[in-house]
Amino acid sequence: MPTWRPSCATETLRARADMLAAVRAFFAERDVLEVQTPMLGSHTVTDPAIDSLRTTAPDRHLQTSPEYHMKRLLAAGAPSIYQIGPAFRRGEAGRWHNPEFTLIEWYRLGFDAERLMAEVADLVDALLGSAAYQRLPYAELLRHRFGNEVAAGDQEAILAAGRGRGLQDDAGIDEAMDLLLADAIASIKARRIFVSRFPAAQAALARLDADGSAARFELVVDGLEVANGYHELADPDELAMRMDADARQRRERGLPAVAPDHALLAAQRHGLPDCAGVAVGFDRLLALKLGADAIAETMAFSWERA
Amino acid sequence: MASYSTNEFRPGLKVLLEGDPCSILDSEFVKPGKGQAFTRVKFRNLKTGRIWERTFRSAESIEAADVLETEMEFLYADGEFWHFMKTDGSYEQAVASAAAVGDGKNWLQEQEVCNVTLWNDDPISVTPPNFVELVVAETDPGLRGDTAQGGVKPATLSTGATIKVPLFIEIGDKLKIDTRTGEYVSRVKA
Repeated sequence: MPTWRPSCATETLRARADMLAAVRAFFAERDVLEVQTPMLGSHTVTDPAIDSLRTTAPDRHLQTSPEYHMKRLLAAGAPSIYQIGPAFRRGEAGRWHNPEFTLIEWYRLGFDAERLMAEVADLVDALLGSAAYQRLPYAELLRHRFGNEVAAGDQEAILAAGRGRGLQDDAGIDEAMDLLLADAIASIKARRIFVSRFPAAQAALARLDADGSAARFELVVDGLEVANGYHELADPDELAMRMDADARQRRERGLPAVAPDHALLAAQRHGLPDCAGVAVGFDRLLALKLGADAIAETMAFSWERA
Repeated sequence: MASYSTNEFRPGLKVLLEGDPCSILDSEFVKPGKGQAFTRVKFRNLKTGRIWERTFRSAESIEAADVLETEMEFLYADGEFWHFMKTDGSYEQAVASAAAVGDGKNWLQEQEVCNVTLWNDDPISVTPPNFVELVVAETDPGLRGDTAQGGVKPATLSTGATIKVPLFIEIGDKLKIDTRTGEYVSRVKA
């Protein structure tokens, strides 16, 4: 019999409300406009590592992030915008994951990854108190943890390191890389660190810089991934190619097919203004503020009790 | 045989890993925002006691192990095997090998109630009570009155195990022993 009681303490409700108010005050002061976009969309993300919850309403998906809708607003002429709301990812349940969670997502016109990282640091300082931030390029992070060969992309070394962390013998190179990155992030001891300059294969929806690395960054606080941001890919042809690549990977891994979002493609053909965007895990930030042991302790009702 | 998917992993779950029965100590869902999901699991191998760490893909499943932890009374040893009986009134018996009994053989005397881990009804580990009382079978003569100083000497117990005891202990004394450390605790007043 599941308990009827909330998963967080009553005083945590207050801390959550205070933090929501602080986020809104932060963006109001910077003249970033709050928006609300649909939770139920006709399309969803093609990323093979993200599984959406499909609803019984025909062809409606609970959104895994508000990214596509917010980019359509930007293409239509919206100024810099932010949103605080629920996001849904199927199967992501664990100590630091809840299939329904709260994202702070925002887009800044005219910003690049550098300027957005500075603003993410300002927000985290405002919510958790000030601290120093370190910068670590992706390759450097891997070198620290796994040595030169892994950092240089040596396939044998990557597979061997993956197996050394308990990965099965038949695991592929992508799988091993994902595991090593997760391991390296969890091993970061510095309190706040930005990982930047991701390899092109992990660009997601970031544009590529002149040196071929992706203009993507992550913020890790106390070993916990709290933000993922891009200098956004604007080129619609490149976007269509990446969606095709996602579809190919989904086929290869036997994952359900996801149709590309033609509304997003059309919006970017119309023109996505030069901008940078980032998603921040609100519940994880609250957990860090409260010193919580699991994400469930920050939520009124976690997945098991909802 | 039943199996468990990674999302059903819980501490205490008994599973088969590489042919050995294991108990899950800890299971953590690991996933970078833009990467694949894994479940990182810590196991205790119930045969060897060793801790194993493995990483599974999400939704992968592993076979359940038919493992039961139960109290059993030690009956006797026949020179090769140790015989136990359930204390639940069923009088069911089980036969344990030297490997399953391990260091426990140093402390087992008849009618002692032990914690026995059964895998497919066969004992794979035997844990004697934390404290047992055993009689000294052999030791050098005691030094009368020497109860204060810290000197020790070897003494052989009725089970054949040899432990260090204070100098005043004599043959026939009953001793309280901590089976987790194999150390003398006190002399038991007759």
